[in-house]
Amino acid sequence: MKVLYFAWVRERIGLPRETVETEATTVADLVEELRAREERYALAFSDLSALRVAVDQELCEFDAPLAGAHEVAFFPPMTGG
Amino acid sequence: MRISVQGASFDVGAETANFTAGHSDMGAIVTFTGVVRDNDAGTLDRMEIEHYPGMTEKALTEIAQEAQTRWSLGDVLVIHRHGTLKPGEMIMMVATASRHRKNAFEAAEYLMDYLKSRAPFWKKEFTKDGAEWVDAKDEDETALTRW
Repeated sequence: MKVLYFAWVRERIGLPRETVETEATTVADLVEELRAREERYALAFSDLSALRVAVDQELCEFDAPLAGAHEVAFFPPMTGG
Repeated sequence: MRISVQGASFDVGAETANFTAGHSDMGAIVTFTGVVRDNDAGTLDRMEIEHYPGMTEKALTEIAQEAQTRWSLGDVLVIHRHGTLKPGEMIMMVATASRHRKNAFEAAEYLMDYLKSRAPFWKKEFTKDGAEWVDAKDEDETALTRW
């Protein structure tokens, strides 16, 4: 699965995207797997209320299922306009 | 409907003229232009705007389609830039065309409210003292509840 990071999430983790081998069935499960990897991931995912997630480019909640998903992106609340 | 996510600057006058042309059945054209505002201390050197290629275009298209349906717009234009921008430079513009002004005004506000917190852009401000990501404002999220 392709995992993308934007803005300060990208900076904290230190890369914009990576391919992750995972059996996670929900976004929350994937977050748990990433948190367990290394300190920089734990730090980036320490406060989920400060994060937003999109599955296949659609905003969703952290309990969203990952079945059939190709791309998951994590980022802070958006600041367009 | 036209959605453009671009690094290059744009000419509001030319865009507005193009948008207006060919809409003789539309009595109202509303345009809004967003400009990079200097901070209160006047020390902003530049702003960098990051976005999520693919999702950005998709999100803007969905927001514009919703506005078009809800306010029966004759046309919608959304231009949003990314990359490095200096204070005073234009970041984005929206234009709406409708038969009467009320719908064009409301739809333009709706577009702005939604693209501020539902289109995947992130702003980072650079001053001589360093760089900081711009925090989303609670009021921007609250603004969506009126729609």
